[in-house]
Amino acid sequence: MYPADFRYSKDHEWVKVEGGTGTVGITDYAQSELGDVVFVELPKVGAQMKAGQSIGTIESVKAVSEVYCPVSGEVTAVNNALSNSPEKINQEPHAGGWLIKLKLANPSEVAALMDAAAYNAYVDAKAKEHSA
Amino acid sequence: MVNFGGWDMPVEYSGILSEHEAVRARAGIFDVSHMGEIEIRGERALELVQYVTCNNAAKLVDGQIQYSGLMTPAGTFVDDLLVHRISDRHYFLCVNAGNQEGDFAHIRTNNRHSAQVENNGDRYSLLAIQGPLAASLLQRFTKVPLASIRYYHFEFGNVDGVHCMIARTGYTGEDGFEIYFAPEHSEQIWNHLLDGGSKEGILPCGLGARNTLRLEASMCLYGHEIDDTTTPWEAGLGWICKPDKGEFLGREILVEQKQRGVERKLVGFEMLDKRIGRDGYPAAIGGQEVGRVTSGGPAPHLKKNIGMAYLPAGQSAIGASIEIIVRGQPAAARIVEMPFYKRPKQ
Repeated sequence: MYPADFRYSKDHEWVKVEGGTGTVGITDYAQSELGDVVFVELPKVGAQMKAGQSIGTIESVKAVSEVYCPVSGEVTAVNNALSNSPEKINQEPHAGGWLIKLKLANPSEVAALMDAAAYNAYVDAKAKEHSA
Repeated sequence: MVNFGGWDMPVEYSGILSEHEAVRARAGIFDVSHMGEIEIRGERALELVQYVTCNNAAKLVDGQIQYSGLMTPAGTFVDDLLVHRISDRHYFLCVNAGNQEGDFAHIRTNNRHSAQVENNGDRYSLLAIQGPLAASLLQRFTKVPLASIRYYHFEFGNVDGVHCMIARTGYTGEDGFEIYFAPEHSEQIWNHLLDGGSKEGILPCGLGARNTLRLEASMCLYGHEIDDTTTPWEAGLGWICKPDKGEFLGREILVEQKQRGVERKLVGFEMLDKRIGRDGYPAAIGGQEVGRVTSGGPAPHLKKNIGMAYLPAGQSAIGASIEIIVRGQPAAARIVEMPFYKRPKQ
């Protein structure tokens, strides 16, 4: 379910690092909690993001959710396809539903994030809380 | 699952968008057993109903239903409700889950008519079958000729072998039925209706779609468009407020407000860009905050973002430009006619 080559934040964002670039999105758990996504507001290319800062908002039919940047860096690409097809976030949260790409300012931040196994356990615990 | 008035209820089953569209195009089934039921019996049952509600229940005949408001002495809403006349000595009220206890206490406090008032919420389950295919689906489970039950009327009869009150009402803007029956049969009827409708794409629907459907149909939700600070005139519910019927709680104040004119009015708006005006967001005109969104969000069938808001009566004309403040930024919107959605005539 959760790709082994991604890293994950407690706020349910993922980052995939290739060279000096990180691709950021929200996890399958996050999209299923949000439900049908209908609108996404993202930063512009060139924006400087700090880890923990808001990237923008994702709106589903029922709620608005802030997305936080798991790592620092300069935005080099924005997934413009989402403005016409926000449902991609529901359909392929770990692939076509990516949000932004960043030129990593501090690659060591990545190591502080959870790996797939740790995130899986984290999400399982959340799910148990819910059903309790 | 979310907690709603003490009930654990699913917000969605397959997804709000697909459930919403199922109801508009085919049918959906909602378990709304959380709704409260209060029964009023006795020789003077009608007098009590008339005294606590603003619509004219004397107009009802046996088997007929009326949308109404339970009033405070200030002419504001304790709740909104459906009044079913079972007989001239028996009225059946369907009220909001979260207000049930308060409604019951309020009715008893104002019972100067020695009527018998019973809080029967746990004696009934309630399923809503809504959408253009609702009648044909339900007909497969009952011998009651559903075509003979007119809108806002009901009959008693068996559905799937279970004694039910079958009412042609709903909260979606579509044709449909609400069936009340003893709770021990809930699972059976729910499963049989869903199995029976699965081929036609009839879906179970949660609270999420219930809200988007009622918003598209411009129906009020207690705690949003109406509460104990709003009057029927302000909420655009003048059609359920009948001061000429005789004495009732809040009547004098309502008569006076009607003569004087309301200061604020509930309006419908649609967003002019992609941003979404949601519950509680400020509404502004020319940069000046003048009101607040009572309910707002995507209208899945209309493919627009819509909402309702209270605005000063003098600034509530259809077509006027307003702004909804979305996360600190004004977003352009326009006042439009309600209902946003009206089902096509058959």
